[in-house]
Amino acid sequence: MLTEYTRTAIALHWIIAALILAALPLGLIMTGLPLSPQKLKFYAWHKWLGVTVFVLAVVRLLWRVRHPPPPLPASVPAWQRSAASVLHACLYVLMLAIPLAGWLMSSAKGFQTVYLGILPIPDLIAKDEALGKTLATVHAWLAYALIALLMVHVAAALKHHFIDRDDVLRRMLPRLPPPKETT
Amino acid sequence: MKHLALLLSAALLLAGPALAVQFDRILPAQSALSFVSKQMGVPVEGQFRRFTAQIAFDPARPDTGRAALEVELASFDMGSREVYEEVIGRNWFDVRQHPTARFVATGLKHLGGERYEVRGQLTLKGRTREVVAPFSYRQQGRHAVLEGAFPLRRLDYGIGTGPWGDTSIVADEVLVRFRFVAAEAAAAAGGPAPGTRPPGKP
Repeated sequence: MLTEYTRTAIALHWIIAALILAALPLGLIMTGLPLSPQKLKFYAWHKWLGVTVFVLAVVRLLWRVRHPPPPLPASVPAWQRSAASVLHACLYVLMLAIPLAGWLMSSAKGFQTVYLGILPIPDLIAKDEALGKTLATVHAWLAYALIALLMVHVAAALKHHFIDRDDVLRRMLPRLPPPKETT
Repeated sequence: MKHLALLLSAALLLAGPALAVQFDRILPAQSALSFVSKQMGVPVEGQFRRFTAQIAFDPARPDTGRAALEVELASFDMGSREVYEEVIGRNWFDVRQHPTARFVATGLKHLGGERYEVRGQLTLKGRTREVVAPFSYRQQGRHAVLEGAFPLRRLDYGIGTGPWGDTSIVADEVLVRFRFVAAEAAAAAGGPAPGTRPPGKP
């Protein structure tokens, strides 16, 4: 069993984190904007971020199968272990489900998703106004759920670091070269 | 020479009424005028719900064809109220100043098979440019289906100015698509020779 995260796992974690932290506020802001070139740009970026998160989440899951994460420290109580694995499973589900709902919603509203403005992603469903509205609601509520779960995730990581003083947060941080010994 | 012409018209008549058919009425309910605009690389389709067209098209004699199209720009529909409010406004169609777009054909020719080409003057928002549109002609019962498309550059007509002039957001090129279903002129089938007009019509 591995005792630490692989560099790939750490990189994927933080890249996806950054993309999600860009996509969420974009999504929250863009819908309220008046129609403008800026709004169209934000929508496009938001979709590109979503597609990237989806692809990277798939890569991450595949990587995880071959490189299971290191176990939690023995000091962590059983209920927290269960809570952590449920939370992580939910985060993975949302990383896949939110972009999926967004893509389907986009198709239903009659806007194809074209990744980076270059790569058209086929429409799985045809234009359907009512379905588009439903999917928009689903997409939004899944995103609110993600925001809530991310807050729990961050709070738990900080608690491990500052209160439990274990290495749960540190082992996911990018590995820096060890400080030079000063003798 | 005269004999040759007679022979030819006799041959045309003998070839059956299909060659003598002239289509002169657009059936609006079956016709469509749409366009595709690219926003950040995403093709987005819209339509014009109201337009009127006068045509005279004889597939055997395309050079005698005439076409004039008038489009009510306020009948624009992209499936979004917000887009509609923006697009009828000054930066785009400015429908208050320029309620209609007009196309008048200046030439029609046969390209071969069912392919034809129409050339004409398109006036949009007070600016006139020449456009060339290939189209196909297919006969469906007593109707002609004329289907084609042509690209235009929206900025040539001052459409989408101000902040919308940035073509990296909304592409300059817009593909206009048309599908006109035209009915046969009442007196043409089996009637007068091609090109002649039924009496009593202007």
